[in-house]
Amino acid sequence: MDMPLPNAAILDRKMRIVELLQNVLGKDGVIFDPAETRAYECDALSAYRCPPLCVVLPRTTQEVSAVLAVCHAENVPVVPRGSGTSLAGGAMPTADAVILGVSRLNAVLETHYGDRMIRVQTGRTNLSVTGAVEQDGFFYAPDPSSQLACAIAGNIAMNSGGAHCLKYGVTTNNLLGVTIVLMDGTIVELGGGHMDAGGLDLLGVVCGSEGQLGVVTEATLRILPKPEGARPVLIGYDSNEVAGQCVSDIIKAGVLPVAIEFMDRPCIEATEAFAKAGYPMCEALLIIEVEGSPAEIDEQLTLIKDIAQRHNPVELREAADADQAARIWLGRKSAFGAMGQINDYMCLDGTIPVSQLPFVLRRIGEMSKEYGLGVGNVFHAGDGNMHPLILYNANTPGDLEKCEAFGADILKLCVEVGGCLTGEHGVGIEKRDLMTVQFAPVDLDAQMAVKDVFDPKWLLNPAKVFPLAASAQRRAG
Amino acid sequence: MIRPETEAELAEVVAGATGPFRIIGGGTRDYGRPVAGADLSAAGLSGITLYEPGALTMVARAGTSLAEIEAALARENQRLPFEPTDLRSLLGTTGTPTIGGVFATNASGPRRVQVGAARDFLLGVRYVDGKGAVVKNGGRVMKNVTGYDLVKLMAGSYGTLGVMTEVSFKVLPAPEAAATMTLPVSDTSTVISALSAAVGSPFDVSGAAWANGQVVIRIEGFSASVAYRADRLSALLAPFGAVEVETDAAAVARHWAAIRDVASFAQAPGDVWRLSCRPSQAAALVAQLGAEEVILDWAGGLVWARVARGTDLRQRLTGFTGHATLVRAATETRGAIPSFHPEPPAVAALSKGLRAKFDPKGLFNPGIMD
Repeated sequence: MDMPLPNAAILDRKMRIVELLQNVLGKDGVIFDPAETRAYECDALSAYRCPPLCVVLPRTTQEVSAVLAVCHAENVPVVPRGSGTSLAGGAMPTADAVILGVSRLNAVLETHYGDRMIRVQTGRTNLSVTGAVEQDGFFYAPDPSSQLACAIAGNIAMNSGGAHCLKYGVTTNNLLGVTIVLMDGTIVELGGGHMDAGGLDLLGVVCGSEGQLGVVTEATLRILPKPEGARPVLIGYDSNEVAGQCVSDIIKAGVLPVAIEFMDRPCIEATEAFAKAGYPMCEALLIIEVEGSPAEIDEQLTLIKDIAQRHNPVELREAADADQAARIWLGRKSAFGAMGQINDYMCLDGTIPVSQLPFVLRRIGEMSKEYGLGVGNVFHAGDGNMHPLILYNANTPGDLEKCEAFGADILKLCVEVGGCLTGEHGVGIEKRDLMTVQFAPVDLDAQMAVKDVFDPKWLLNPAKVFPLAASAQRRAG
Repeated sequence: MIRPETEAELAEVVAGATGPFRIIGGGTRDYGRPVAGADLSAAGLSGITLYEPGALTMVARAGTSLAEIEAALARENQRLPFEPTDLRSLLGTTGTPTIGGVFATNASGPRRVQVGAARDFLLGVRYVDGKGAVVKNGGRVMKNVTGYDLVKLMAGSYGTLGVMTEVSFKVLPAPEAAATMTLPVSDTSTVISALSAAVGSPFDVSGAAWANGQVVIRIEGFSASVAYRADRLSALLAPFGAVEVETDAAAVARHWAAIRDVASFAQAPGDVWRLSCRPSQAAALVAQLGAEEVILDWAGGLVWARVARGTDLRQRLTGFTGHATLVRAATETRGAIPSFHPEPPAVAALSKGLRAKFDPKGLFNPGIMD
């Protein structure tokens, strides 16, 4: 993984820059001892790490503004960081960069059930947003699997999804407004408690811009009344094709489950050995969850079971109570951990049109043999967002490189069949150099032009998202 | 009128252009500051290029008529979930609405309160930028965070960033049944309380409006579920007034089409404004408007106001944090009063910067959003 060489002039001025930052944040707001900045050297893409110049932990939007103004004046790159759970290297620093962590910005600023909104500081974790409103029967819908730890700031930067987006959408569909600080320190309000932005949808382009356009310090989020209940059904099939056809038929029949999860045989086997959820041994397993009152759930599940039966399942198991529902979800929720028991793994995130599911799974199986690396597939089948987990051994020389080459081939396949490189994890550094597979130079140029406007000096998270060669001239200033 | 038949032809027209264009789809949503320029129609770029009902996605050229899209979806028992407005009767226009025009104006109807706006369903775009280059962004899958989301930026940009040539979008199943609950309520604060109670319930309300002195609530879904929720909502709303339930599908559809298209303003005189606000601020806002007639949608988050001709409604508002758009007025009024809500300087600078990048020669609908 190439990163630009650090600017030696900045490294030489480290103590001067630290002093300027301490002037605006106080001594406890700046970490610069290499032993103490170690925790900030990487995010959840832990194969790549680099010590930052220093780390700043502001407590208010005004402090964020002051920090950015200093870095802007000193021409120091800034890497914004939420909770550091990015799987794409979105929060990985370079040696000449200041990490701006938003973890101290974690307050709830306003909750309004009539307007169905909550305004929070963005260091707050995803799950604790729901935690702030669930006693009153509301929830925040996007639910990335890291939701216990991940920050709203990172959710907005990556436009995070989750298991329930088939019905509720992803972050951008649940974001009403932000306070964003531009690289020069300007504080800008976009959107708000009202439902639609008036002029150009700047909020829409900020969401998913991977911390390259500004630092989002506050967010107004849409909250929803909790459904009366939810219940899953588990369906096992002897082939991926049939399971894929079943998903398509359910959607065509007019049912809109809140989640349709899919696991293939390698993943089922690993999960069963690890979590013992009682899954059937078969080629493909679907977990489908619907919501509503008990009677509404019965009605939807009856329809789903009828369709499932027409495809001759090897297993069809409906949860009769909360315990059984939890058992059905247990395996799925431990799938990543189960794969991790077998070996190190790399988690991919490509999306494909759901009609291409059987073909893509077959090709991944073939490539797995060619590369000699195991792969398990667990993913959100309703929206085609795949998560192939490629197993490798980090201690075997060359294994990581082989794994990355395999991963790149899978992502190219996703693009070839009409999909994309990343459905919810983001590009970061991980998929940066594959962007040319999906986009022509003119397409990338249009995106980079947006950064030109928000961050003309290209100081915010600069060496991410775009291939280094494509952004070189802009980064050079 | 310039009416290219292909994307390449359109790109050529733009690349060779020296003067500005007035970009038109069907020409049915004629509002914003009047644009001086040669009419450039995208209606020649027509046809559905891909439809996968099992994947809930469709791809169509931007000039495809909304009617053609809706007919194709209806054959598979699906629909555009965001319920695009048809403003022809309100604005006195006569063209044929196009799918490109729907997305370029982010034209969302009553269901916005449940499923989101037009922009939430737009998955991918192809457009010609101001230099005549064909650019693509997004794609045809529901989850896609590959690169910046220019799709959102194009939605609601009124043609000012590029001329869309193709759009891909998410669709949803049409429901088996629907019901409307109506109850007479006159006091605006009580109206907002009733609307908030409905959308704050777990009963999946797909429309929450107030028109002609009535709170109007819609639910949709499978028949038994609709019947169950109609009962529960009727009980929930009973303290606000006598609830009547309508379950005839055609009657429900007619009622909501009238709300969606602001039908009661169509034949009445005066200017029409559209205000986006926090529902909790709607009652105070309505009191400030001094409007001849008001319709509330989106549970109070959208206020349609009919006022005397030439009124600068924004002058009457204090403490307003949303935005007010002038939708119907005489040409001279649209020239004198900004149609779109003036933006704070920092936001305006970003918007101006983006337009200068996407359309450096200022060819596309110059000034329409000022």
